[in-house]
Amino acid sequence: MSHWLFQEEHNMLRRSVRSWVDKEITTHVEEWEEQGEFPRELFKRAGDLGFLGLTFPEEYGGSGVDYLAGAVFIEELARCGSGGVSAGIGASVCIAAPQIYRFGSGELKEKYLVPTIAGEKIGSLGITEPNAGSDVASIKTTARADGDDYVVNGSKTFITNGARADYVVAAVKTDSGAGHRGISLLVIEKGTPGFSVGRKLEKLGWNTSDTGELYFEDCRVPRTNLVGEEDAGFYYIMLNFAWERLVMALGGVVGAQLAMEEAIKYARQRVQFGKPLSKFQVTRHKIADMAARIETARSLTHHALSLFVAGEDALTEVAMAKIYACETANLVSDEALQIHGGYGYMMEYPVQRLWRDARVGTIGGGTTEIMKEIIAGRMIR
Amino acid sequence: MKYSVFSEEHHAVRRAIRKFVDSEIAPQVEEWEKQEYFPDWVFPRMGELGFLALRYPEEYGGAGGDYFMGLVVAEEMARCGVGGLPMAVAVQTDMATPPIMQFGTGEQKEKYLVPALQGRKVACLGITEPNAGSDVASIETRAVRDGDHWVINGRKIFITNGVRADFITLVAKTDPDLGYNGVSLFLVDSGTPGFTVTRKLKKLGMRSSDTAELLFEDCRIPAGNLLGVENRGFHQIMWELQGERLIGAAGAVAGAQKTFEKALEYARSRTQFGKPLVKFQVIAHKLAEMATELEAARALVYSTARKFAAGEYPVKEISVAKLVGGQVSHRVSDAALQIYGGYGYMMEYEVQRAWRDSRLNRIGGGTDEIMKEVIAKTMGI
Repeated sequence: MSHWLFQEEHNMLRRSVRSWVDKEITTHVEEWEEQGEFPRELFKRAGDLGFLGLTFPEEYGGSGVDYLAGAVFIEELARCGSGGVSAGIGASVCIAAPQIYRFGSGELKEKYLVPTIAGEKIGSLGITEPNAGSDVASIKTTARADGDDYVVNGSKTFITNGARADYVVAAVKTDSGAGHRGISLLVIEKGTPGFSVGRKLEKLGWNTSDTGELYFEDCRVPRTNLVGEEDAGFYYIMLNFAWERLVMALGGVVGAQLAMEEAIKYARQRVQFGKPLSKFQVTRHKIADMAARIETARSLTHHALSLFVAGEDALTEVAMAKIYACETANLVSDEALQIHGGYGYMMEYPVQRLWRDARVGTIGGGTTEIMKEIIAGRMIR
Repeated sequence: MKYSVFSEEHHAVRRAIRKFVDSEIAPQVEEWEKQEYFPDWVFPRMGELGFLALRYPEEYGGAGGDYFMGLVVAEEMARCGVGGLPMAVAVQTDMATPPIMQFGTGEQKEKYLVPALQGRKVACLGITEPNAGSDVASIETRAVRDGDHWVINGRKIFITNGVRADFITLVAKTDPDLGYNGVSLFLVDSGTPGFTVTRKLKKLGMRSSDTAELLFEDCRIPAGNLLGVENRGFHQIMWELQGERLIGAAGAVAGAQKTFEKALEYARSRTQFGKPLVKFQVIAHKLAEMATELEAARALVYSTARKFAAGEYPVKEISVAKLVGGQVSHRVSDAALQIYGGYGYMMEYEVQRAWRDSRLNRIGGGTDEIMKEVIAKTMGI
């Protein structure tokens, strides 16, 4: 079946990722959800298969920069039905690593980017703080220059991969008086004295993803771990938000798709009042509404993706796609749960997990409210 | 005071229950949620305080109060911090016991109703089966007369209090050829040979409440345990469902009211971009919308309660109240979760529990879809 955006090589990639996910991930999801984590080996496995290097050049072990390929990988990975697995792998490869790829020195790339693409190292991006969520510019973690080092003090929270990442790309204040113009990105390795991982946070969903609190107490980090230029960090963060939000939108569409598939499956076999639920007009129209919303979300997301891939200014469309796709995941998974009736409330049915996993979509990676601020800001001069 | 449905007498009772909940219940609910069980002392304690029998006649140990006393109990219990416990209490006061009050013999009232109102015997209501949810008439649990006994075979599922109950108010088929007119109610003691709790179900929410799957295998009960008129059971349970739905609506709205109050408090104290969240117009309007919906739903519940208390049988209004109450309770919880941002996704914040707990309000006691069926029927469609 042809697609206006994806080429044959993407279709081949899709088939191969789907096969891998079906065989090596989906069947284990229930167990990993119960355990609250997925095996670290999954990163290495994905790396060995070349799936983590789709958006990076060959010189770093990637297969060449192809964001369409990256999108295909995200869509197929999300079909495993565990939002936490997507989040864990996505955070390392789509959010942390790109900062080093775009702005890091050769040394940083060798030390962190190459092993991340190989699946040997897990990365995390540390921006959010207990008092700085939507207001990124108000972060308080400081990095004071001292000889060959920066001395870092502060804390981060809600960090995906926070508990087990080998390194964090941390947003720090290198110029406390300068608002967003005083932020830098610093790579901080796990085990660096003064850097500790706090509690693994228990979440409503994304249960297979470890989300952590990070603490920095007089943590000495070599100045050579600065990513790009000092005080340019805020711009670097903004620049990669487009891809991060596209990744979330792509995941949202798939989450909704999975929920609809569960609803159809259930509705066809559940009989009440002498007929399958799928024969009740209200149920049929609910499913039709789901399908229409998913198609719309997918189209908008792929449109935003196509602008991004073409190097055009996609920030408005990306924000719209993130809002629409993640809202779609909420609405569709909610209706899918409703179709399951009492069984939708049982932990042993997957639909409740799709519903819980979907819920973070309008919050993480920039809330829907912030997306609207971006759209309005760009539209209304 | 604000709502004329309540008098000073109701306010006094409300204060007493609130004091009990604040001091003896609320501080422990987190623990009970984790254990997925609230302690056995709760029902006897509530019985001792008279809270289970406020609207029952004095001859059965009740306080002889009006129907609105039941609303007060439901509303105050809903503020305890979890949804499971109030739901369990509602089964005890407004679901499993009213049929005994309405249809039982003096002996049955003495043996089951009186101790239930004292909290010394826990009751549960057995309607739903694995293959009969919305379609109550299609239940398959069978009761066959055999001399001085009835022999019961079948299964029930999603039974609140089902694990801890001392007896069940059971719905069973006594004449399969008569459809709706071949159903009867029975009272079955726990521990009767052939009656077992097969599973405690793991649920998405309402976790402090134990929910069971039950099995009846050639379970023999005395003929005197038939409740009400043979083959009038379906009509008897349809009557019960009206009171159940109205109390459910009252509790749903009251629980959401508390969730809203806490979200308002959070929005006042959380600052981003230099000001409290309440100073953002979008958040202020969101809170206004939530307050509006709650006020409307509450007014609906109260006006319906007046009719019910006056001895009317307002099926349409009760179905409307349940539909709206349930939907509003979840919409408000969802909006509240969004206001909390990332903290809304953390298990250590209560709002995610309100979101999970309130989700059942659109399913249990009759789904939204069944409410719409009933409403349509009352309009002659």
